[in-house]
Amino acid sequence: MSEARTGVGGEAAVARGSHVDPFTEEPVTRAEQRRKQAIFAGVLALVALYPLIHPAVDTALGGTQTMLPMMQITLFVILALGLNIVVGFAGLLDLGYVAFFAIGAYTVAFLTSPQSPLVQAGISAPFWVAMVLSLVVAALFGVLLGAPTLRLRGDYLAIVTLAFGEIVPRLFLNLEQWTKGSKGINPIAKPLLFGGYHIGDPVPGFTLTVAGQPVNSGQATWYWLILLVGLLTIFLISRLRDSRLGRAWMAMREDEVAASFMGINLVQTKLLAFGLGASFSGFSGSIFASILQTIDPSQFDFSVSIIVLSMVIVGGLGNIWGVIAGGFLMGFFNFFLAPNADDWLGGIAERTGLDFLAINLEDKKLLIFGLALVLMMVLRPEGLVPSARRKAELHPDTEDTAAAERQTLYGASDHHAGGD
Amino acid sequence: MNATNLIQAILWGISIGAVFALIALGYTLVYGIIELINFAHGDVFMIGSFLALTLLVDFAYGTNARGRPVQAVFGPRLFLLIFAILLVVMLFCALLNVLIERLAYRPLRRAPRLAPLISAIGVSFILVNLGQLWKGSPPRDFPNLLPEVNVLPLLGLGDRLSFTTKDLFVIGVSIPLMLGLAAFIQRTKLGKAMRATAQDREAAALMGINTDLTISLTFLLGGALAGAAGLIYGLYTTQVWYLMGFRTGLIAFTAAVLGGIGNVRGAALGGFLIGLIASINDLGFAAIFPALQNTPGLSFLAGLNQQWTIVVIFGLLVLILVFRPSGLLGERVVDKA
Repeated sequence: MSEARTGVGGEAAVARGSHVDPFTEEPVTRAEQRRKQAIFAGVLALVALYPLIHPAVDTALGGTQTMLPMMQITLFVILALGLNIVVGFAGLLDLGYVAFFAIGAYTVAFLTSPQSPLVQAGISAPFWVAMVLSLVVAALFGVLLGAPTLRLRGDYLAIVTLAFGEIVPRLFLNLEQWTKGSKGINPIAKPLLFGGYHIGDPVPGFTLTVAGQPVNSGQATWYWLILLVGLLTIFLISRLRDSRLGRAWMAMREDEVAASFMGINLVQTKLLAFGLGASFSGFSGSIFASILQTIDPSQFDFSVSIIVLSMVIVGGLGNIWGVIAGGFLMGFFNFFLAPNADDWLGGIAERTGLDFLAINLEDKKLLIFGLALVLMMVLRPEGLVPSARRKAELHPDTEDTAAAERQTLYGASDHHAGGD
Repeated sequence: MNATNLIQAILWGISIGAVFALIALGYTLVYGIIELINFAHGDVFMIGSFLALTLLVDFAYGTNARGRPVQAVFGPRLFLLIFAILLVVMLFCALLNVLIERLAYRPLRRAPRLAPLISAIGVSFILVNLGQLWKGSPPRDFPNLLPEVNVLPLLGLGDRLSFTTKDLFVIGVSIPLMLGLAAFIQRTKLGKAMRATAQDREAAALMGINTDLTISLTFLLGGALAGAAGLIYGLYTTQVWYLMGFRTGLIAFTAAVLGGIGNVRGAALGGFLIGLIASINDLGFAAIFPALQNTPGLSFLAGLNQQWTIVVIFGLLVLILVFRPSGLLGERVVDKA
């Protein structure tokens, strides 16, 4: 076993000073760390101030709307961070993550929409309460699904979660008397701030014009709320990763048997990963529903699960910063580049006469996500921004072949026979 | 209980079950030999049906005076044509499956177990998108070339039930294919090599078996069966869709799991059982057990019908995996890790 793998928390880091690069989890000098912190602060400031400069960017892109894609990307990064708990930290492949997203979205819809039978029966809640409940309900369903299934082998668990992810939107479609079926539920409450102001409404008295276009203050407040939630998520998840529980997840991911001998309660540890992962998906769903103001079952199909999964995998399983990078990359492609590329590429093709440039990416999205998954697995399974520990696991060239063959980083449960 | 409706559902279930069984065999063969849930298998089936659609439209149709396509091949020549297209589609899907294994799974043979599964999901998405680009997003009509004559009155069984020449075609093509596969695995040297590789890859290699080639052969067989299922399914249901590989694939996977994944006989059995469950549910419980509607506590069962079939089958998948992961005939699922 290599140093990097056994050193949970990183003894190596202690030896060279206590700073650890958040991107690679490798030890760095203090000066290097300061430089990286400065870069992070700069990027964060740019991202945070984006709503104030978006009209300039929109105009520069020929009138393309960029605020909504930015909101969607940021929300999906939060989803990816939540899935990373399950897949990256705990090594449990969840192919039905969209189910919890849908459950969160419908929880808010049930509690706040005037069309909901619950509200009509007099049971309603303001958005903030509904959001907290969506988190709780999603976590509850995560535990309900997880309790009987988490003892299954890795690939069986993947299929069970996939089936769950197919069943849940189907239930929402079929239970028409509750959910209005494919017509969906609308409108959905917006978060209420002080002074009767709802997030998403134009800020009263706020007029700022950039590059001749007004700033959309309603979208800006949404965006800042999502960003705030995102930062909170990053904080919570990085604390989780370094906690006793986080180390238990990773130990379990590496070797279930060894982890249980060290006193880790496997069932409880897995359930916590599943429940926490589901809760992030749930409250993302509540925000998603409130932004769109209308939800229907077709928004929660299998491809959402796979988009989020590819964000996690492209970025780097288990590495928070990698997942954020992968999330932005894949999100940028999915929500921004693909829907707009044919306009731009068509324009370029027209001007330059290079007709082959006129490609429509929107109808090739799945192809590109599929290619990304295959290529990442074959060429760079540790992701674009790998964690040091992952890298050591996935490139065991230095170790003897026998040890390499025992590598079971996701399939830690391999040691348990599925048949009984 | 309405016995007529129940027997009718069973008859339909046998036909659609045969298609599920053909696809399920591909899942189970691959799982048996490299323990991979070949997620892209259902989409190979979809591509097969699309290729069959293209070939049938090209070769079985001509244009009439007004430029409209009309059927141009009839009788025995039509059957020869369908048979030839069956072979072409089987060959194409077989090679496609081998190519997928070579490019997306073989490089990951020593990788952690979930890596090839994720790669397979990627391949599935690629195929789905290619299918969509090829035939468009809405469901496509498949040429309705098979005569649909109820054979039961001819046998003197009356006409209250329907079992047509179409059903006969499905069964007449798929049963020989399944028997052929079983004979291949049990009787031939290559089949023996497959069984040996499935049992213990290293020991098989030490005995001089080219395991890479044997694994390719497994994908070849699975792909061929998926291609055959694609053509049969198209002719039987007369509608194909780019997303059907995902749904039908997952249903067939359920069949493989029900029978005991890795077990060839189990996959066939599971296919027919799932076919029965699907067709009973499609027809609706209320049509078969009218009394349910008035039975307190069970009346919700009367609401089970086509729109719940997916929920019932996938729910069954979850239940089998949780309570009996080795399936009905089990055994081969024993973990080799």
